[in-house]
Amino acid sequence: MPADTGFDYVRAADTAHALTLLDTPGAKPIAGGTDLVTLLRSGVDRTPLLVDLAALRGQAVRVEPRPPLGGPGIVLDALARMADVAADGWVRATYPVIAQALELSASPQVRNLGTVAGNLAQRTRCPYFRAEAPTPCAKRSPGSGCAARRGVQRGTAVFTADPDCVATHPSDLAVALAALDAEVLVESRAGERTIPVTEFYRPDAETVLRQGDLVTAVAVPPVAAGSRSAYLKVRERASFEFALVSCAAEVVLDGCVIRSARLAVGGVAGHPWRLTEAESALVGLELGAPAVRSAIDTAFAAADPLPGAVFKVELAARAAVRALRAAGSHR
Amino acid sequence: MSRARTRVDGPAKVAGVARYAADHPGPDLRHLALVTATVPAATISTVDTTAASAAPGVVAVLTHENAPRLAPPVGAPYGGRLPLQDNEVHYDGEPVAVVVADTLDHARAAADLVRVDYEVRAAITDFTAVTDLVVPSPPPRWGPADTNVGTPEPAEVTLARVYTTAARHHSPLEPSATHAEWRDGRLFVRDATQGVFGVRTVLSSVLGLPREDIRVVAEYTGGGFGAKGYVWPHQIIAAMTAVHLGGAVRLVLTRAQSFTSHGYQPPTRQRITVAAHRTGRIAALEHDSVSPTATYGGYVEMAANATRVLYAAPAIRTSHRIAPVNTILPTPMRAPHEGPGAFATESLMDELAHELGVDPLWLRLRNHADVDPTSGLPFAAKDLRACYREGARRFGWERRPLAPRSVRDGHDLVGWGMASAVMATFRFPASARVRLRVDGTVVVEAGCQEIGTGTYTILPQVAADVLGCPADQVTLRLGDTDLPETGMTAGSSTTLSVGSAISAAATTLTAQLAELAGADAVSLTGTTLELDGDPDRVVDLADLFAEHDLVEVTADGSFTPTDTGHSLHSFGAVFAEVAVDEDFGTCRVRRLVAVYNAGRIINPLTARGQMTGGLIWGIGQALLEQSTLDHELGRFVSKDLAGYLVATQADVGELEVAFVGEHDPHSGAIGARGIGELGAVGVAPAIANAVFHATGKRIRSLPITPENLL
Ligand SMILES: Cc1cc2nc3c(=O)[nH]c(=O)nc-3n(C[C@H](O)[C@H](O)[C@H](O)COP(=O)(O)OP(=O)(O)OC[C@H]3O[C@@H](n4cnc5c(N)ncnc54)[C@H](O)[C@@H]3O)c2cc1C
Ligand code: SF4
Repeated sequence: MPADTGFDYVRAADTAHALTLLDTPGAKPIAGGTDLVTLLRSGVDRTPLLVDLAALRGQAVRVEPRPPLGGPGIVLDALARMADVAADGWVRATYPVIAQALELSASPQVRNLGTVAGNLAQRTRCPYFRAEAPTPCAKRSPGSGCAARRGVQRGTAVFTADPDCVATHPSDLAVALAALDAEVLVESRAGERTIPVTEFYRPDAETVLRQGDLVTAVAVPPVAAGSRSAYLKVRERASFEFALVSCAAEVVLDGCVIRSARLAVGGVAGHPWRLTEAESALVGLELGAPAVRSAIDTAFAAADPLPGAVFKVELAARAAVRALRAAGSHR
Repeated sequence: MSRARTRVDGPAKVAGVARYAADHPGPDLRHLALVTATVPAATISTVDTTAASAAPGVVAVLTHENAPRLAPPVGAPYGGRLPLQDNEVHYDGEPVAVVVADTLDHARAAADLVRVDYEVRAAITDFTAVTDLVVPSPPPRWGPADTNVGTPEPAEVTLARVYTTAARHHSPLEPSATHAEWRDGRLFVRDATQGVFGVRTVLSSVLGLPREDIRVVAEYTGGGFGAKGYVWPHQIIAAMTAVHLGGAVRLVLTRAQSFTSHGYQPPTRQRITVAAHRTGRIAALEHDSVSPTATYGGYVEMAANATRVLYAAPAIRTSHRIAPVNTILPTPMRAPHEGPGAFATESLMDELAHELGVDPLWLRLRNHADVDPTSGLPFAAKDLRACYREGARRFGWERRPLAPRSVRDGHDLVGWGMASAVMATFRFPASARVRLRVDGTVVVEAGCQEIGTGTYTILPQVAADVLGCPADQVTLRLGDTDLPETGMTAGSSTTLSVGSAISAAATTLTAQLAELAGADAVSLTGTTLELDGDPDRVVDLADLFAEHDLVEVTADGSFTPTDTGHSLHSFGAVFAEVAVDEDFGTCRVRRLVAVYNAGRIINPLTARGQMTGGLIWGIGQALLEQSTLDHELGRFVSKDLAGYLVATQADVGELEVAFVGEHDPHSGAIGARGIGELGAVGVAPAIANAVFHATGKRIRSLPITPENLL
C-alpha cells in the first residue's frame, strides 16, 4: 500500500450513514473488494476513506410489478452477490441472459464476493492502466498519453469515441443489463436518480457516478411474453478470463420470424454497445436467414478500430449472429 | 520395481502445514521490499532515499551508493547482474534499491518513496530487430551451438519455413522468496529454490564467506519450472542485507516482480528446412534458431537440438544465434530447448506429410532414427516405435481421414494431429547417505529439493527397493546444504541422479549389514533382517546392533555421470484432438493421448502426475501463454496472472498417459531416465497439427490465438 495513501475505513451502518461518509472528497464505497483492493494495493486507485457497504445488503433479487409494461420486472440489490443473482430461480427462468453473463464471469470464488454494483463499477482491464508502475496512460495520469494506442491493442475499443482513452469496460453483467434496458438506481445526499445502463458509462469506460453517489439497486424491466435471451462470450481461455468480445441477445419470435430483438456487445467500446441500427433491421427477418448477418453489420459501419483490434469487428459481428440465434433457440 | 505410492507430503500440503521459504516467523524478522527500475536502459543520475528512510518502521535503505560491495559469482549459474553495485540499468525491473522495515507493509510503502532519476538510454527489446547476432557458448551438456553432419542428397521436395514461439514466464504458485539470517558469523538461508548448493556457492563467492559458514535450506519449494534453478539478484540482496544488518530478513517477490526478477523462456525465431524424396525419406534437415539473451550475459535456447536427434536424415545442419536485448537473462523453462524446438521440427514433419500426401505417423516411422543421426551413437534403450504404436492404438489414429477440414461438429471443426516428443536426459553428480536405526527406521539424506514433483515420495521407494523393506519405513531428509551434495532439481535429473546415489548407498548398507550378520545377503522387514533369502534365518536389529555396539549403521553412496557411449534421450508420442470454433477461431483441446518411453517408471502415480502436468503445460504453450513486450516502453505488458494466461481446468480435455519400455541400463543405476520436462514437449506441435487438420490453416507462431484462425 503506497505510504502517502494510507486511508481510513468505516463500516456504514445504513444508507444514510454511507451517503454522509461518501461526501468526503475522495471517499470510495467498497463492496466485495475484489476489484478495488487490487487497485488500491497497486497504487492505481487511491482514497482517503473506504466506506464498507456490507451492512446495506438487502434481498438479492426482488420481483416487482412494474407498470406500464404489465408483467413483473426485477430489482437487483446493489450489494447482491454475483453468485446469488446467478442462482436465483426467477432470474434463470425469465432473464437467462443475466444468469449466463454472471456464470461466465470471473471464477466461483470471485462471484461469491463480487457484487452487482461493484461489477458495474469495476474499472477497465487495460494492461497499461493496471501496470505495477506508471506507464503513459491518460486515465491514470491525465496528459501522460495512451500507451495502448501504439502498444498492445487487442483489448482496445473498436468504437473509439474518446480522444484520450480507447479502453473497454470489462463487465459481462453490464452487457446483459444493457440489452434488457435496465436502469441503475443511484442515491446521493442530493436525492435519487435513475440512469439507464446504456448511459451509465462514459466513452472512456468510466462510470458517470460522481463523488457522493451510491448505487442502491438495478431495475430490470419486464420482458415481453415469449422473450428468450442468451449471453455469448468469446475468449481464448475456456474459463476465468474477461471477454475478447461478448454479446447479450434478447429476442421475441413469431414462429421463426424475429418480432423484436435487442442486442448489446461487450469488449468493443467504453460501455456496452447496443446494436440499435441492427435491432430495427432485424425485425421481420427469419432467425436463420443470411440477411441476419447483413442486418447486424449495419451496426458496425461506424467502427474505427486500431490495427490490433480490427479482427474484433468481425468477431463481434459473428458473436452477435450466434448470440441472437442461440437466444432464439433457447427453451 | 514400479509401485504406485500416493504422495507422502500430500496431507501436509493440503492441510497447509507444509512450510515454505517465506512461512517462517522470527522474533527479529525484518521485511524487504525491492525498488525496481521502471526503464529498460539508463544511468541512474540520482537516487533519493530521504523520505523512505524517514518513513515509519524503516530500518535501512540500500542503493548502489551504500550497499556492501560484492565479488563476482563463481561456481554455479547466476542469471543477473550483481545487484546494487553500480548506477547502470540494463532491464526494466532491475533492482535499484531495497528497503528494510519492521513489517512488509512498511517496507512496501517506503519503497514507493524512493525517488530514482534516470538518464534514459536507447534500449532494444525486440530480438528480431537485432542485427549483430552472437554465437553462443552453451554448457557442454547442451551440445555445441552449431552442428553439421553428412552430405545432403538430391531431393524432390523442399520445404523451408519459419516458426516462432512466444516469450513465456514460469509463473509458479509460490513466487521466489528468500529468508536470510546472519548470526554469530554464520549465514542461514531458507530459499524457494531448485538448488540449495548452487545458492550456497553463489552466496559464498559474492559475499566472500567460506561455504562452511553458509547453510541453505529448502524443505518445500512451491513450483519452479526453471524459475528457481539459476540464482538471481533477489537472493543475493536478501543475504547481503542480513549480513549487513545482522538478524533475519525476508524478501518475497511480488507477482509483477516475478516477471522481471528471474529469467523467462525466450521467444524463438526458427528457420527450418526439410528436403525429402517422394518416397518419404528425408534427404536433409536444416534448423537455425535465433533467440534473445541479456545485454550482460549469454543464454541460448537450444531449439534446434530436437532436429539433431529425431530423424534419420543423411545430412543435418543446425545453428543457434543469440540477440542481446534489454531484459533480464532468459533461463530454462519447462521444457527448455526441445520444448520450443519440437514445435518447428514436428510441425514441419506434418507439413511434409501433407505435401507428400501421406499419413504423418507413417512419415515418422519411415524416418525413424535407429541411432543418433548427429553423433552416430546408439540411443540408450529407445523404444519410440512402441510409443507411436501404443499411442495410435489408444487414440484410434487409423480412423483419421487424411484431408483437412473433413470433420465437423456443430460450429466446430474437429482435427487430429500428432507429434513426437524428445528430451535430452540430463544427469548431475549426486551423493546420498542411508542410515538404519535400531528401531528399523531408515533415513535417507540427500540435499536435493522437492519442487512439487514427488521427490519425498519416490526417493524412499528407491532405497526401500534395495533394502527390501516397505517404502513407509523410509523417510527422506532433503533440501539442506548440510546433507550430502546433489545437483539442481532441474532438467528432469533428480530421480535418475539422486536415485542412483541412494541406490548405491543402500547397496553398500545392505552389504555392511550382511557382513555384520555373517550372511551373503540381507533383506530388511520392520526391525528384523532376513538372511540369505531364508525366512527361517532372521536376526533382530536390536540383537545385531547390541552385539556390535552400534546405534545405527550408515552408508554413503554417490553417482557420477559417466559416458557410456550412448545418446541419452527420453521419447514419446503425443496425439491431440482439437475443436476449433469456425466463427470465433477459439481452439479447445478435446483430448490428448501421450505415450512415453523414459526408462523405468519408479512410481506410476507421480510419473503420471508429471506427465499430465506437462501436457497441461503444453496446452498453455500451444494456445495461451505469451508475455508480450512493449518495445517502445521496453517492458513486459501484463505482469499478472489475469493478463498472462495459464491453462485452467476448463482448458484441459481428456488426458491419457501411458509408458512403454522398461529398464534403461545406461543412463544411471536405477534404470530410469528423466521424465518431467518430456511431458511438455510435443504437445504444442500435436495441437498445431490438429488445428491444421481441423481448419486447413497452418499456424507457425505460438500461441495459436483466435485472430490467427478467423
Ligand atoms: C481474476 C478476476 C477475473 C474477473 N473476471 C471477470 C469477468 O470475466 N467478467 C466480469 O464481468 N468481471 C470479472 N471480474 C471482475 C469482478 O466481477 C469484479 O471485481 C466484481 O464484480 C466487483 O465487485 P465487488 O463487489 O468486489 O466490487 P469492489 O471491488 O468492492 O468495488 C469495485 C468498484 O465499485 C465501486 N462500488 C462498489 N459498490 C458500489 C456502490 N454500491 N455504489 C457505487 N460504487 C460502488 C467501488 O467503489 C469500486 O470502485 C474479475 C475479477 C477478478 C479478480
Ligand atoms: S486505453 Fe485508456 S486506460 Fe489504456 S493506456 Fe490508454 S488511456 Fe490508459
